[in-house]
Amino acid sequence: MNTADFSFCYNGQALGLDGLPLLSPASFRMAVLRAVAEGARISALFGMPEEHPGVKAPGGAAGQGAIRLVAVLACDAEAQLAVATTLAGTSYEALTPECPQACWFEREINEQWNVLPEGHPWLKPIRFHRPYAANQPEHKPCIGVTDFFRVGGPEIHEVAVGPVHAGIIEPGHFRFQCHGEEVKHLEISLGYQHRGIEQALAGGPDTRTMHYMETLAGDTTVGHSLAYCQAMEALAGCRVSPRSLALRGIALELERAANHAGDLGALAGDVGFLPTAAYCGRIRGDFLNMTALLCGSRFGRTMIRPGGVSFDCEEQRAAELLSRLKKAARDSAGAVNLLWETPSVMARFENTGAVARGTAEDLGLVGPAARACGLVRDARYNFPSGIFRFAQIPVATEAAGDVFARAYVRWLELQRSLEFIENQIQRMPSGDSAAELKAPAADSLAVSLVEGWRGEICHVAVTDSRGRFIRYKIVDPSFHNWFGLAIAMRNQQISDFPLCNKSFNLSYCGHDL
Amino acid sequence: MQAAVFTNLALGLVLAPLLSGIINRTKAAVAGRKGQPLLQAYFDIYKNLRKGAVYSTTASWLFRAGPVVGLAAAVAALCIVPASGSAAALAFAGDLVLFAYVLGLARFFTVLAALDTGSSFEGMGASREVFFAALAEPALLAGLATVARKTGTLSLTEMISTASANSPELVLVLAALGIVFLCENCRIPFDDPTTHLELTMIHEVMVLDHSGPDFAFIQYGAALKAWVLGSLIVGILLPAFSSSRPLMLACFVGAMFLLAVTVGLIESGMARLRLLRVPQLLAAASALSVFAFMLVVR
Repeated sequence: MNTADFSFCYNGQALGLDGLPLLSPASFRMAVLRAVAEGARISALFGMPEEHPGVKAPGGAAGQGAIRLVAVLACDAEAQLAVATTLAGTSYEALTPECPQACWFEREINEQWNVLPEGHPWLKPIRFHRPYAANQPEHKPCIGVTDFFRVGGPEIHEVAVGPVHAGIIEPGHFRFQCHGEEVKHLEISLGYQHRGIEQALAGGPDTRTMHYMETLAGDTTVGHSLAYCQAMEALAGCRVSPRSLALRGIALELERAANHAGDLGALAGDVGFLPTAAYCGRIRGDFLNMTALLCGSRFGRTMIRPGGVSFDCEEQRAAELLSRLKKAARDSAGAVNLLWETPSVMARFENTGAVARGTAEDLGLVGPAARACGLVRDARYNFPSGIFRFAQIPVATEAAGDVFARAYVRWLELQRSLEFIENQIQRMPSGDSAAELKAPAADSLAVSLVEGWRGEICHVAVTDSRGRFIRYKIVDPSFHNWFGLAIAMRNQQISDFPLCNKSFNLSYCGHDL
Repeated sequence: MQAAVFTNLALGLVLAPLLSGIINRTKAAVAGRKGQPLLQAYFDIYKNLRKGAVYSTTASWLFRAGPVVGLAAAVAALCIVPASGSAAALAFAGDLVLFAYVLGLARFFTVLAALDTGSSFEGMGASREVFFAALAEPALLAGLATVARKTGTLSLTEMISTASANSPELVLVLAALGIVFLCENCRIPFDDPTTHLELTMIHEVMVLDHSGPDFAFIQYGAALKAWVLGSLIVGILLPAFSSSRPLMLACFVGAMFLLAVTVGLIESGMARLRLLRVPQLLAAASALSVFAFMLVVR
């Protein structure tokens, strides 16, 4: 990695926009490709309108503002984030052919800003909305109407699932190319949940911003609101009190515990194993109720605010939380360990939907899906911020990369999270729970990473000369991992798809934004 | 004699949907839940009977014939299988072959109706159903042949009244029939009756497009099929130990309910098999039946 091509920062640190190196498209491409080849991975890659009208893109069309491409690379080993930018005209040479993890990012750039990544192998809409850039033709694409990859041959049949599903889940379209029961290829087409959140955030922050964060993926309320608050605190140069950090950590880990417990139960349900399915559903509720004990909302809404937390936890409630936690820990051990002890369950979990470690690296997977492939990839460990600078949580990994590994990583993390919460409650620092927040700095870029329960949440806030957002980029872990699910299904039984899907448990609305 | 035949028929027609209620309540009890009402299957059938049916414009008469033939075949099977120690409504030498293929006819029409919709899901389900049925049929037929050879008769009524489970051959046959019972009735470990995931279904995915009274016929037909196969197992297991009709009736119904509880317990304790492994279990059932047959012809 050529350090001159990048600006470096730590998680939750702001950079001045003027200090960012502005590379030529060719050297931007080279710099990113080289960094990724040396072990960095793309946390975010997005376009944003160039604020200064004087800057004109090379070859840019008249009347169209230049689009600045920003790459945020996570260098896990150095615990640093590298930011590089370039000005793209109407087109640039795509990164995807040499760097598969850029695939969906470049499709997104193309859709949002009408910038063509030349040589992109599978360029098609990702959310089916009108381009963000002004003076575009008023042509609204029809969601899901696009070319799908087809496998040829008289014995191949195609199975289309969704966007309306049999269960109460979010909409998404899955197109399988099957040979008998075997899946040759799966293509995932999303966009049905697109609400235009990123566009609505531009020009902020305002009174609505916080609520967008809390609802952009409802099951990751704490994760996304924490990422937003960290970004705002970085821009405002705010110091958060240790007590708030501890309470935020507790809320984040409770969210992880609730979702991991729910996932383990749902995995059991998908293989028809009743005991774990029935009990984990209840235990998930117990964890959600603990979050409600903290802030009155089962999903942690209103808990986290820029500068601190809105609810303190006095001793009486801390004691109540601790006793409920211990009970839930016992209950979940009883319910979940049944999974590993039951041969018929293990026969379903093992060797189903395996992703090789190298593939996971190439695709830039994050979260439990990456750790199940043996990758030590955890923002709490690699990019510690907030409470995780003081209280480390061991990274849980497994080697096999299959459904069992993803389930077992969840179980290990659930236990570590409960231990962490217990420690935090017992050693809660005293002090205020909220701090004054100044206005965000002007002309700055702040990157905030949070390890949500699904994986790395990346928020990038870029402000203009008045301290308003020119662009607020949100990368939900699902955005990295959906393609991993498609790859995991290769040469698998189509009847195992629900199980594989559940083992990833990705967000539709977090992806669609 | 006539009265006993009618009692048996009425018993099957009335009590068949209760079995699924007992299975579900057993599962709920094991999982610590309250569970659905015992009579839920009756409510569902009644609800569907009152609804209108929706037909695809591309579906032909086959699609409408499927549920009707399925229910008719199930009732026919009910007439062939004796229950509670008395003769069946329809008994003649060789009726066991008719029994096996009346069930086959029902499946044939269900599969045709599924293929008629042109849906990729239903085609997939039809393919799975036919594959597994082809493997379950030898287990059933070889099992029945063993009992026929053992008792020296080709009529189910006489076979079951003279058979008793105290010989090793019949124990093997009972094990094979138990596996066939689970497979034919879409229970775990073969199929998960509670799943909503089309991609994993076997039998249910074939009837996704049926609605209203057609679907009620299918549900009722499935309940009757479970009752018929169950009474076959109970019949072989339960010798005619008493000449008292009420006592025999009570024992028979109690044994049927016990069978449902057993199914509920099996479903509570294990996960569903991977679809690839299903043929292996069915082949094992066939092996048991064939081995039992070799024991009796030796």
